Amino acid sequence: MKTKSTAPAARRRGLSEIERKKRIFAYSMIAPVILIFGFVRILPIFQNFLYSFFHSSIGNPLEKFLGLANFTDLFKDHLFILSLRNTTFFALFVTFFSVIFAVLLAVMLSSPTRGGAFYETVYFLPVITPMVPVAVVWKWIYDPTYGLLNYILSWFGVAPVGWLVFPDTAMIAIIIMSVWKIVGYNMIIFLVGIRDIPESYLEAARIDGANTLQVFRRITLPLLRPIMLFVLVISTINSYNVFTQVFIMTSGPQGAPGNAVRTIVFDIYENAFRYFRTGYAAAEAVVLFLIILALTLTQFGISGSRERRERSRLKRKGASA
Amino acid sequence: MRNYTGKAPLLAKHLTLLAGAAVMILPFVWMLSTSLKPPHEVLSWPPQLIPRTFTLENYRTVFATAPFVRFFFNSLLMASVSTVAILLTSATAGYVFAKFDFPFKNFLFILTLSTAMVPLEVYMIPLYMSMVRMGWVNTFIGLVAPYLIMSYGIFFMRQNIMASIPDELLDAARIDGASEWKIFRIVVFPMLSGPIGAISIFAFQQTWAAFIWPLIITSSRELWTMELGLGMFQYRFTVDLGPINAGSILSLIPVLAVFLVMRKKIIQGITLTGMKA
Repeated sequence: MKTKSTAPAARRRGLSEIERKKRIFAYSMIAPVILIFGFVRILPIFQNFLYSFFHSSIGNPLEKFLGLANFTDLFKDHLFILSLRNTTFFALFVTFFSVIFAVLLAVMLSSPTRGGAFYETVYFLPVITPMVPVAVVWKWIYDPTYGLLNYILSWFGVAPVGWLVFPDTAMIAIIIMSVWKIVGYNMIIFLVGIRDIPESYLEAARIDGANTLQVFRRITLPLLRPIMLFVLVISTINSYNVFTQVFIMTSGPQGAPGNAVRTIVFDIYENAFRYFRTGYAAAEAVVLFLIILALTLTQFGISGSRERRERSRLKRKGASA
Repeated sequence: MRNYTGKAPLLAKHLTLLAGAAVMILPFVWMLSTSLKPPHEVLSWPPQLIPRTFTLENYRTVFATAPFVRFFFNSLLMASVSTVAILLTSATAGYVFAKFDFPFKNFLFILTLSTAMVPLEVYMIPLYMSMVRMGWVNTFIGLVAPYLIMSYGIFFMRQNIMASIPDELLDAARIDGASEWKIFRIVVFPMLSGPIGAISIFAFQQTWAAFIWPLIITSSRELWTMELGLGMFQYRFTVDLGPINAGSILSLIPVLAVFLVMRKKIIQGITLTGMKA
């Protein structure tokens, strides 16, 4: 900037210099992140689709192109069908019970409660805890001979149950344990949702003579619907990925026969890493992916169309007013 | 007052909450109690919630018979490296996505975000094959590789930076002649303590609890994490309940300690972002 007359040009050059430096900075910051992302996420997701169309051998996942043969085989494979059925059953029940209990707890804790913070902490404790140690202790609680659960049940005259030994009870046992693990997470989400409901809505309903149950059914529950949907979808997705607790609680010398509570991820794990049927296991993973995708799109779809409905309703209201 | 329950059912409400709390806490108490019992008391009938004689024998056994110290440090190292990496990648990418413009920015952002819903279980097979090709099977880098980035972390950082750091501040620093890197380090990074706290808790917790990836990527005990070590010990061997529960208690300590100290922040983080603990 030697003279006044060249100042604007210089400033322009200076600005573009800044722009250039910004661009370089942006690229050099984002490049490593995208690189890692590509390597550990995006590439494997695409490769998984690719593998699912191929017969694999050890070391070569693309040995022979099969088309959809892996998928047609999957639906003739009784172990896969069993896993799919087990996992769906598990996901539905864990979601159902964890949501029911979570809503009840959230409603109770939404009003100022003595010891509210204490309850929040205690109910949230299992959420933050890693799965392996809690699965280990639950397995011990379910022990048929010395387990705490059978002891407590014996107070009510219930004969000892071999919880993890039989397929039916093993499934129930793992569902109970999993509900215990996630109910606190759902509770916290509902709690925030309920606390966000304007006090005036509830007040108005009560002045109109609604009782507690009516306020809950007519005001709280409908206003919770978007959050309810979010929690339902998230819980179902997470439950479809169930693996660790099944691995810990049903296998090994003290556990149930392996197939009793076989789940999709367990089946993927065995096919891929025990029998080295990579392509076949990749096809299973594609099925799991499609289930999760469908659930996610359902959530976006429903909340999207609700929003559109709301908006057009408001518009109509605005027009008539 | 938000009062769903009348005065009369107040007692019922507290009894329900207390009973629920007892169910939530009982497995932890049982774990601790078992870990403190001598062998003959572990299998006593009826079960005793409070040990008749307290002993640290089980903890000694854990350290003596299994390389749990090793597992513990593996977990600690893995979770720490993962946390630092996730903080760095989330802060830089979040900052760039929030405050810079360049071709394909939106595409890249949507790409990183859209993979958030895809769990590791879906793509672990090709990822494992990549590790085989790189020679990273049964190495620390292979163990920690999937845990260096976090879609939610990037998203959360971006939202925070957009909301809390005005463009004028950055431009003023540029006019003063600060380099872009210096602006990031001196101006932006110190303003991110809130999201940094939340993200580091989640990153640490998530990596510490990892199970299926360590299970497939490690083949020697030297690399086992605490979770994997516990899982394998109770899976492969008929172990004594005392020591395995002592090991469980040890593996809970870091996560629970962080949780109890930062309870408010963790619960806030979950409700703000929908991050899964």
